Amino acid sequence: MGKILLEVRNLHATVAGVEILKGFDLTVRAGEVHAIMGPNGSGKSTFSKLLAGHPAYTVTGGEVLYQGENLLALSAEERSRAGVFLAFQYPVEIPGVSNASFLRLAYNTVQKQRGGEELDPLEFDDLVREKLKLVEMEASFLERSVNEGFSGGEKKRNEILQMALLEPTLAVLDETDSGLDIDALRIVAGGVNKLLNPGNAVILVTHYQRLLNYITPQFVHVMEDGRIVKTGGKELALELEERGYDWVREEQAARQLA
Amino acid sequence: MSATLDSLINRPYTAGFVTPVESDSAPKGLSEDTIRLISAKKNEPEWLLEFRLKAHKHWLTLQEPQWASVHHPKIDFQDMVYYSAPKTKKKLASMDEVDPELLRTFEKLGVPMHERKTLANVAVDVIFDSVSVATTYKKKLAEVGVIFCSFSEAVQEHPELVKKYLGSVVPQGDNYYAALNSAVFTDGSFCYIPKNTRCPMELSTYFRINNQESGQFERTLIIAEEGSHVSYLEGCTAPRFDTNQLHAAVVELVALDNAEIKYSTVQNWYAGDENGVGGIYNFVTKRGMCRGVNSKISWTQVETGSAITWKYPSCVLLGDNSIGEFYSVALTNHRQQADTGTKMIHIGKNTKSRIVSKGISAGESSNSYRGLVRMTPTAHGARNHSQCDSLLIGSRCEANTFPYIEVRNPSARVEHEATTSKIGEDQMFYFSSRGIGSEEAVSMIINGFCKDVFMQLPMEFAVEATQLLGLKLEGSVG
Repeated sequence: MGKILLEVRNLHATVAGVEILKGFDLTVRAGEVHAIMGPNGSGKSTFSKLLAGHPAYTVTGGEVLYQGENLLALSAEERSRAGVFLAFQYPVEIPGVSNASFLRLAYNTVQKQRGGEELDPLEFDDLVREKLKLVEMEASFLERSVNEGFSGGEKKRNEILQMALLEPTLAVLDETDSGLDIDALRIVAGGVNKLLNPGNAVILVTHYQRLLNYITPQFVHVMEDGRIVKTGGKELALELEERGYDWVREEQAARQLA
Repeated sequence: MSATLDSLINRPYTAGFVTPVESDSAPKGLSEDTIRLISAKKNEPEWLLEFRLKAHKHWLTLQEPQWASVHHPKIDFQDMVYYSAPKTKKKLASMDEVDPELLRTFEKLGVPMHERKTLANVAVDVIFDSVSVATTYKKKLAEVGVIFCSFSEAVQEHPELVKKYLGSVVPQGDNYYAALNSAVFTDGSFCYIPKNTRCPMELSTYFRINNQESGQFERTLIIAEEGSHVSYLEGCTAPRFDTNQLHAAVVELVALDNAEIKYSTVQNWYAGDENGVGGIYNFVTKRGMCRGVNSKISWTQVETGSAITWKYPSCVLLGDNSIGEFYSVALTNHRQQADTGTKMIHIGKNTKSRIVSKGISAGESSNSYRGLVRMTPTAHGARNHSQCDSLLIGSRCEANTFPYIEVRNPSARVEHEATTSKIGEDQMFYFSSRGIGSEEAVSMIINGFCKDVFMQLPMEFAVEATQLLGLKLEGSVG
């Protein structure tokens, strides 16, 4: 078994005073792929953003250890530099800022933190063109403003491009599959697969089983009302696809009665 | 708005100190006597005194303009000093004789007054309250026939030029503040570029208000003869006082056949505190006349200071094929108010104008673009393109765009584009989730937003301008 990268214990969190996470537990080891599924409003996106350090969420209890350290003590920038990555469900548009300069600044910031080499625009251009192939993007993407006027699929591919550049240790993909047609889904999943290695881990937050046809998770978790209520292997996703979430709820209720 | 974003846009004003110099000031208040006193102090010819008195007479008949989207208590024009000069014993023969206290002041502000230490290739005229204290590189410029000196000096040394062009672009009675300026202006810069001469260096004037009770009324006149070219920059700062000071300048530019004037401003007057107490009222009339064929006047402004900015650097495109340009970045924070824009008056055939305005509002400020594009009946084939973009930081600020378009020639073409966007928490989080700190994030967003304008600034000042915006938004640009 790989070493433990992430340990979340009894996490409680609120947004605007409303409790969303209510005792969330999760352990992720190096080399693993986890899928978190669950109905709308179960807290999946909250968990993703909270992990990346979104300021709107307040942790009210529990702990999050990343490589043995208290992740919650770090700012969002520090988390990113330490190797935590969030692929956004809705990447924002940043007009006037070219994708190339944004990517290079992000890359150099993270490189600096890790003692790696910072690249000038020409060197970076060589690197990023290599990485573009991974997500089958044209070089013209680099000249456009960050996400501005990008199609849904282009935005998601741009997220995976950033993942490829920043080489995170722990990546959370928040509904990266939503809004993708089948070709884009294949490209995005292919990119993620190529980035997987025994030293890193990926958490896929998704509604649908179809992403898991392309990226195979070792663990599938079902989230309900702010916590994980069931964990299984890949076959659990298929079962959810077929039967919906109600049976998980019933099972949960039965367990509580017993 | 997130706490980080909040702290980013609240940074102290570094130019807010007062220089302890003895000054020679006129008593408060405005009357014909005040005007005669100013004129006498400056040993002016009779015609100039007449010019002033006529302007004053006209001013008395005018009302303060009410149409701008700004609010302030009524200004008491009798509670103001109209002339204030640092005391000097004699006329200065060289830079080395400038009061060391003044030299230190400008050094602190980063204004190069020592020629040997200066930024390469920039000549500076320095105006302190009502007078010019020094002009650098005069000799070197004189070698190619370029005249660059204080306005007072020009009145003495080149009265024929001043008389010919003063008021030719902004007449005495043009508007309330221009009339006031025409009556009481004290100093300013004068530039004359002779025929077929490319001015060999950047010309620059630095304006400093030091006296708490004095208004600054400077007058700048730039004349570019046929086939000449000049690039000019002005910078401005003032100490931090809890009262408001009035700055009512008039700038006139004249471009003859095939001449080009590029005029850039980096305005950083004291803006008042976060509650809107104190700060400069910057009520300025700037206008350029493209008098000759194929002439070109280009205004670039970076407006970051002042409690209230009311200014519309304009171009009158008289000569056929002449070109007018206006590139503006206006940043307002706290309770600042800006109502700024331009007027492009197309008269000649095939005249062209371009307007690029970028307004950034933060805090509880209000930032308005107001611009007029007028195509007169003679402006055959004239064209204009305007781009007005607003960027909001936070949710308590305001941005307005007031374009006025008058087309009286069917062959003229006018295009106007406008956008409004907002730096939100989600954009900031996107940057930070990629390891990029909030200062750099704001810097990138603002730089991207202002790119089209910064590109127009002379190299040295582009750096200064980005730094200034950075200062205002906490060292974030650059």
